[in-house]
Amino acid sequence: MGAETGAGRLWPLGALAVAFMALAPQVLQLFTIINLTTAIALALLGLSLGLIWGYGGILCFGQTVFFGLGAYAYAVAAQNFGDTSTAVLVAIAVGAAFAALLGYFMFFGRVSDVYLGAITLTVTLVFFSLIRRTSGPEYKIGDALLGGFNGTSAPPLTLPWDSAAILFPNQLFYVAMSALTLSYFGCVWLTRSRFGRVCAAVRENETRAELLGYDARLYKLGLFTIGGGLAGLAGVLMANGVGRVTPDLFGLPYAAQAIIWVIVGGRGTLIGPILGAFGIFYLNSWLGSQQLVNLNVVLGLVLIVFVLLLPQGLAPTAMDLAARAMRGRGRARRRRRPRRALAAEPAE
Amino acid sequence: MARARSRTRRETVVETRNLSMRFGGVTANDDVNFRLEAGELRCLIGPNGAGKSTFFKCLTGQLKPTEGVVTIRGVDMTGADPHQVAQLGVGVKTQVPNVFDGLSVRENIWLAARRAHGAERAERLTAETLERVRLGDIRARAVGALAHGQRQWVELGMVMAAEPWLVLLDEPAAGMTDEETVFTAELIREINRTASLIVVEHDMNFIRAIAGRVTVFHRGAILMEGPMDEVSADPTVRDVYLGHKH
Repeated sequence: MGAETGAGRLWPLGALAVAFMALAPQVLQLFTIINLTTAIALALLGLSLGLIWGYGGILCFGQTVFFGLGAYAYAVAAQNFGDTSTAVLVAIAVGAAFAALLGYFMFFGRVSDVYLGAITLTVTLVFFSLIRRTSGPEYKIGDALLGGFNGTSAPPLTLPWDSAAILFPNQLFYVAMSALTLSYFGCVWLTRSRFGRVCAAVRENETRAELLGYDARLYKLGLFTIGGGLAGLAGVLMANGVGRVTPDLFGLPYAAQAIIWVIVGGRGTLIGPILGAFGIFYLNSWLGSQQLVNLNVVLGLVLIVFVLLLPQGLAPTAMDLAARAMRGRGRARRRRRPRRALAAEPAE
Repeated sequence: MARARSRTRRETVVETRNLSMRFGGVTANDDVNFRLEAGELRCLIGPNGAGKSTFFKCLTGQLKPTEGVVTIRGVDMTGADPHQVAQLGVGVKTQVPNVFDGLSVRENIWLAARRAHGAERAERLTAETLERVRLGDIRARAVGALAHGQRQWVELGMVMAAEPWLVLLDEPAAGMTDEETVFTAELIREINRTASLIVVEHDMNFIRAIAGRVTVFHRGAILMEGPMDEVSADPTVRDVYLGHKH
């Protein structure tokens, strides 16, 4: 597992994230920054799936259900309360709570992996169809009309202490980038904790974990719930990046793409799904502007290429190559060194 | 009175009363009454299909018996889940090695030690266990890449690292070379210093090596019980194993 090995090597990644966060608004155009916020939201969705699939072995084909619910919960709560900070907490709580509910029935019902994928996909598609049919004035929660196919508006984030101070796109970008960075390091910490190690054990062999005295169902439920909360937060960022929440958030395209991000980026790592999401997002927008080939054809091709040629995904393959290059350089240096100097060297 | 009895009879750690297990029309275990005393090393033997493994799985919680009661140290564990049985302090090794293939040897052992112990104690137990099962040199290797015998020892190490007082082993020496079997027998005798054991085994030589009392299963029920020499000399047991009548 790639991310488990590099214990002390994370700080450059953190420094890179902070530098990117500080510099991007200075260098890039406003349109690009707004686009980036959306990409970050999707990357966080990818991270949430990378956590539960890569570390818990839970193949959730409908991670978008928590994403969409988070986005809708944020929009509805923000329209009703006017205070967006509470709305963010509500969105995370709704994502986590629904994951806990769904997970309870799946894990305690001992649903097998394949059915788990089918059930979660069905649930997200059910929400997609359901929300699409809420266009009448009778479908409202408090003051918020759900708006059916057109969705409902998502009020932009404000300062927590001043609900009149609406955040500018640049500031939204800071919020999104901070949320992604903190979530990533939170996930790294989690996967290295006792809880995370037991989740990995359950992924490897559920029978053995239970014979050691760990209740596998509880650990899976815990991880799944955390993943749901993260996806809910991703929904908040998405709602802010786009300005509206629509039933599309629950739809098959996002649900399938999330799986592709994890496969392309590398399952079993946490940085992989983030890079995968960014990569596919920009491939999408580039292809959209070119109008050359159908988007889905390219996505399908990308998936086939990765499954066949780079089944580990980008991040683990890159780490392997880097490790090999380091070893190769070490060998070359030893060869060049005069022989008598070798005796003085401590054994490696 | 209780004290007077404990002098003559040691504490019962495992007991089954009228235990039966049926799969559809097949009766795998039929009215088994079994008792294990503290400190004992008991081998369960019998021909294929005699019901040893089914009985074993009823003890570990992997199967729920159709009828009857399983008690462990006086606690009714009939129908309990495997993790509940393990949490009592019971170590289990299954017939097919059940290990965490994608994780390192060290981490496999650590996960077993960490379940019941604090972080520091778990680290110490992990280091000790790695030495005891002689896997210290390959602690960083992924278990999935190891040879069969080593994987069996990783699993035994996991059982030992949890410091159980009761250990249930299903064919611990299956598929091992003679040399590996000798070391495994050594490990089992070592475990027996601090824990009571039930070992399901086929290999008669291996059973002689670890000694102890033997329970013979035949057609889902207990045929006889006694020391190994007595049991192996018994004509009925010979019939059962060789499968012919005099």
